[in-house]
Amino acid sequence: MAREKAKRGKVSMYRNKRQMELNSVEVWDGNFANSHALRQASVDVVSAYPITPSTGTVEGYAAHNANGYVDGEMIMTESEHAAMSGCIGASAAGARAATATSSQGLALMVETLYQASGMRLPIVLCMINRALAAPLNVNGDHSDMYLANQSGWISIDACTPEESYDLVLCAFRIGEHLDVRLPVIVNQDGFLTSHKAQNVRPLSDDQAYDFVGDYKEVNSMLNFDKPVTHGVQTESDWHFEHKAKQNAAMMASPKVIEEVFEEYAKISGRKYNMIETYKTEDADIIIVCLGTTYQTAQVAADKMREEGVKAGVLMPRVFRPTQLDMLAEKLKGAKAVVCMDRSAPGGQTGLLYQDVAAALFNTSARPLLSNIVYGLGGRDINIENLKSIYTHAKAEVDAGKLDGAIQRFVGVRGPELKYYSVEG
Amino acid sequence: MSSLLGGLPQGNKEIKSLKAFSTAAERFEGAHVLCPGCAHSIIVREVLNATNDNLVVGASTGCLEVCTAIYPHTSWDCSWIHIGFENSSTAIAGAERANMALRRKGRIDPNTPEPKFVAFGGDGATYDIGFQWLSGCFERGHNMMYVCLDNEVYANTGGQRSSSTPIGASATTTPAGSHSYGEKQNKKDMIAIMAAHGSPYVAQVAPNKWKDMVKKIQKGFDANGPVYINAMSACTTEWKFPIHQTIEVSDMATDSLVFPLYEIIDGKELNITYRPKNIVPVRDYLGVQPRFKHLFKPENEYLIQEWQTRVDAQWEYLQRREEAKV
Repeated sequence: MAREKAKRGKVSMYRNKRQMELNSVEVWDGNFANSHALRQASVDVVSAYPITPSTGTVEGYAAHNANGYVDGEMIMTESEHAAMSGCIGASAAGARAATATSSQGLALMVETLYQASGMRLPIVLCMINRALAAPLNVNGDHSDMYLANQSGWISIDACTPEESYDLVLCAFRIGEHLDVRLPVIVNQDGFLTSHKAQNVRPLSDDQAYDFVGDYKEVNSMLNFDKPVTHGVQTESDWHFEHKAKQNAAMMASPKVIEEVFEEYAKISGRKYNMIETYKTEDADIIIVCLGTTYQTAQVAADKMREEGVKAGVLMPRVFRPTQLDMLAEKLKGAKAVVCMDRSAPGGQTGLLYQDVAAALFNTSARPLLSNIVYGLGGRDINIENLKSIYTHAKAEVDAGKLDGAIQRFVGVRGPELKYYSVEG
Repeated sequence: MSSLLGGLPQGNKEIKSLKAFSTAAERFEGAHVLCPGCAHSIIVREVLNATNDNLVVGASTGCLEVCTAIYPHTSWDCSWIHIGFENSSTAIAGAERANMALRRKGRIDPNTPEPKFVAFGGDGATYDIGFQWLSGCFERGHNMMYVCLDNEVYANTGGQRSSSTPIGASATTTPAGSHSYGEKQNKKDMIAIMAAHGSPYVAQVAPNKWKDMVKKIQKGFDANGPVYINAMSACTTEWKFPIHQTIEVSDMATDSLVFPLYEIIDGKELNITYRPKNIVPVRDYLGVQPRFKHLFKPENEYLIQEWQTRVDAQWEYLQRREEAKV
């Protein structure tokens, strides 16, 4: 836990709130990093329900609250659906609202995810990625991230506690921007990130709040001079226009996201990009993946390069909205692209594969494009596993064709599982 | 209660006559598409017109919501939110906590009058799908009023049974037929359940007894904590009576004691607030509603007698509770 030294008596920009003096480097796990980002953003209402492995975000925030470092309200609801319902009510009332969840909690929340985005409420959701039951499993994979894939939330992915801290602060700026006004999910891997204490270089409370800024109220229910009706009924006459406008805001959000990342880099020295790449410029074989696998794959890529294989890695930092043009630009020179999806595909290819295939299809680039399903329910993926995936792809490049199928399950016991057979 | 807002004194409104009451400071406009004769609109106006305070109103998915907020129109001249079927209570709870936070932070001047937070839901939203959300809000003690518009059926979707549907009613999912007398379960006692949450004020109201209703709504607004109001809402479409008979049917509901009017304070003290001079037989109340017409077949008549026995027993129980003051 961080050493928290309170400056007694110092009053922050809001009343009743103590500021916390932080070390230049703190050792926080991903949950605790989230809790500090929420505290520093001076969230007005945190409405939440505990679930492994995201509980720590809420517990950390509750501890800050109990020690006077929070000037907002906390609602500990009776379910995740109610947690998001409370966020929606608070946000419509003109409050900065946030929550945290994982897995089944996200699944229970799905109805309200669509309501939050459809009502254009810039709520921030700290998501600690975990597998979806059945079978019940508390460990990390990306099936909850994928479940929220079409919910109209901007979805950003963090690999480390520090990245999650940074991106949660950025999420408020992005979602609340008047050109966007959409809710934002910041993902991190369950346990691998959420429960592994690592170095975090936090901003000071003042710096962080100056960056996030005051909440800009839009159509607040507590502004009684201008009564507003939220959450109306539309049928075939207007529904399409609403959803089209909502999607237009989503599609316009990358401009804002890039501006926010740019500004954050100036104060933190840490620059995030819509798409993160590692040694892709000259790479013959590129692995596309999300979460902590992006870090492990970088080590594997370096080892492959020692063996003479030009390996690279790519991670969509912003998972939604999808950046097809940027993906194509980064991948066009590769001979093979291996898309690694950490979610049970449910009788289709994984979402990363679909995104990359869509990105490349209308270009002249024709790398060998394959799909790996891996790591379900927290099954470990290590450097050797990733090296063998590169090696397999190298053999395919040398043969000039895929090894008989588009999709392979890697790291699972039992007979080899390959789907979508192809000749060339 | 001396500060002014919009020229009106803050707080509960002084009610002098029905005419003045029904026309003053309208914040629920007549331009909606509820059925002619629907009691929902009468109840909503009686609730909203009971106060001059600023209002933040929530509605669950249901008749009230789909008939009053059809884009680009709205019937609501006050802050209003609808999220989903089950969560109008939690939407309002979120707004109530936002109000606390923003006042503490000074973003809302803490010296301005506090608004009232009111959530409406039908009996399906209240007794069934939103029960957990409502219970959570009451356990947490939000300062809000929840009004159940109880028409004993999923009316918005065409008349399916809810756990408020009384035994013997014919609903589309529990229809009366050659082998069935309709709904088989007794109505859930929502008032007792909400009182058991320790709510400072719980009451059953009926729009035909408007003085009794306004008094209770105002008591509810004055209470500190979550308040539950069960409002009997006669449904011309699903109870199948003529559209001009809403108040007559409502009178029979209260005068037969099928819907007794009472309040429970702090989960304990029970007061009966209306004692009919002439108690109407349950049979007569059922007789004006074709949803019960199959009960008058010889093979089902015993159900009417059973119903009368239940109503008598409930009335006896309420009177004993009232006398006991515990």
